[in-house]
Amino acid sequence: MYIDIHDVSVEYKQDNTSFLALDHINLAIERGEFICLLGPSGCGKTTLLNAIAGFEKVTSGTITIDGTPVTKPDTRYVTIFQNYGLLPWRSVEKNVALPLETKGLSKQEQDERIQHYLELVGLSEYKDRHPHQLSGGQQQRVAIARALAVNPDILFMDEPFAALDAITRMKLQDDTRLLSTKEKKTIIFVTHDIEEAVYLADRIVVLSPNPGRIKSIVDVHMPFERDRTSDDFIHIRDKIFEIFNMKVDHDLEYYI
Amino acid sequence: MIKTLKQTRTILISFLILIILWQLAISFGGMNTALFPSPIKVFNAFVGLATKGLSGSTTDAILWIHIKDSLVRFFIGYLLAALLGIGFGLLLGWFPKAFSYVNPIVQLIRPIAPVAWLPFLVLVIGIGNLPAIAIIFIAGFFPILLSTVKAVINVDPVYLKVAKTFGLTQLQTIFKIVLPAAFPQIFHSLHLALGTCWIFLVSGEMVGSQTGLGFLLMDAKNTMRPDALLAVIITIGIIGLILDQAIGLFEKAIRKTWGFGG
Repeated sequence: MYIDIHDVSVEYKQDNTSFLALDHINLAIERGEFICLLGPSGCGKTTLLNAIAGFEKVTSGTITIDGTPVTKPDTRYVTIFQNYGLLPWRSVEKNVALPLETKGLSKQEQDERIQHYLELVGLSEYKDRHPHQLSGGQQQRVAIARALAVNPDILFMDEPFAALDAITRMKLQDDTRLLSTKEKKTIIFVTHDIEEAVYLADRIVVLSPNPGRIKSIVDVHMPFERDRTSDDFIHIRDKIFEIFNMKVDHDLEYYI
Repeated sequence: MIKTLKQTRTILISFLILIILWQLAISFGGMNTALFPSPIKVFNAFVGLATKGLSGSTTDAILWIHIKDSLVRFFIGYLLAALLGIGFGLLLGWFPKAFSYVNPIVQLIRPIAPVAWLPFLVLVIGIGNLPAIAIIFIAGFFPILLSTVKAVINVDPVYLKVAKTFGLTQLQTIFKIVLPAAFPQIFHSLHLALGTCWIFLVSGEMVGSQTGLGFLLMDAKNTMRPDALLAVIITIGIIGLILDQAIGLFEKAIRKTWGFGG
């Protein structure tokens, strides 16, 4: 067991009312797994991600990564945000350089890594551009290159493709899958898009709101090459629709 | 380029209209030209000030010397206000608890017109360069401080999360993330403060000093030279305009780099 989430609750108190964002969550994640946290708004999926990443304090329970309790963000685990979090005053190259500047690497080492990861995401030609000169998809790729540049063990991705158009999103989904196998990263990915979860995940953790609980965990047994139109794919997708009670039942009822 | 040429032309035409109206008022308005001189007379006074200085003055310094003295005072006061305003602003924005204690004091001092300090300053530090510099500093410091605090508090939280996820120290976060993120807003306050400081420079020099454009104004009044008075007023206006345009260009370039558009 690599990441152990044991009996975790997160409660927000405001004035006299309290809100249970996460209610006694238990989850174990293995090294190298691709986990999708799936659910509607307010189900606590982002809270859970923030808690594992160390941004959010848990009210009760424990989270350990590789045996060490999580108390604050750690550079071995990097988060990618929905609105990219690129620094608009820095060029693409300088954005990727940010995490390297604090690591005491030589200028040459920094440049090599920047070059390598910008090539990986296919943006080396754009290194002198500023973020506002790029499309949303390109910006998120810069953010991915920046995250990978520090060679993290875990990538936390918080609805990273939610603001992108459908075609760009599919392309980046492919890239992310490739990444998880090629770079052997453990990835925890928050989404509210069922197809995205089925396409990406090894396991889908379905959450339900009020209070935030794990409703079901779905294993996705599919080969690396996933086909969005295959029977397997549709079968798993339907299973999740059922979990959300969103499937229209065509019960045959006969009254004679 | 063509745009700037067109803009320059517009500005020149607008000034030309002003001068024509002025001359018409003199020619047909029946004004007393001893009190309200014509454009030509003011221009001649300007040339006189620039080459020989003001006749009958306590000093024989020419206009350029006064401008230079004013500009030196101005830049010392303004740069001090900018440095300390931004420095303390970063600190107080980063520690909002401390700011909640400092803020009441700032709010108490801020509505006091900078010139209200002048008699007090002259008593405490005497006349010369210091009172004028102090007035400029007071005029610039508070708006820059408050804008910087506000800009730091308003930094997009996602940038701070980025700093955390990559393990930046507090100091690195302030200088690599917070300062640049807040910089366009801070620079906007620097732009506004530049104008305010230039306005208060003149008031500061009218009482506290023996050279400079503010002093020259009072001197022209004392020697009964309305033509020289108007020449100095126009000089003050033109320098203020040039300073504003120059910093405006910087601000535009910064906004462009930061991706806020021109």
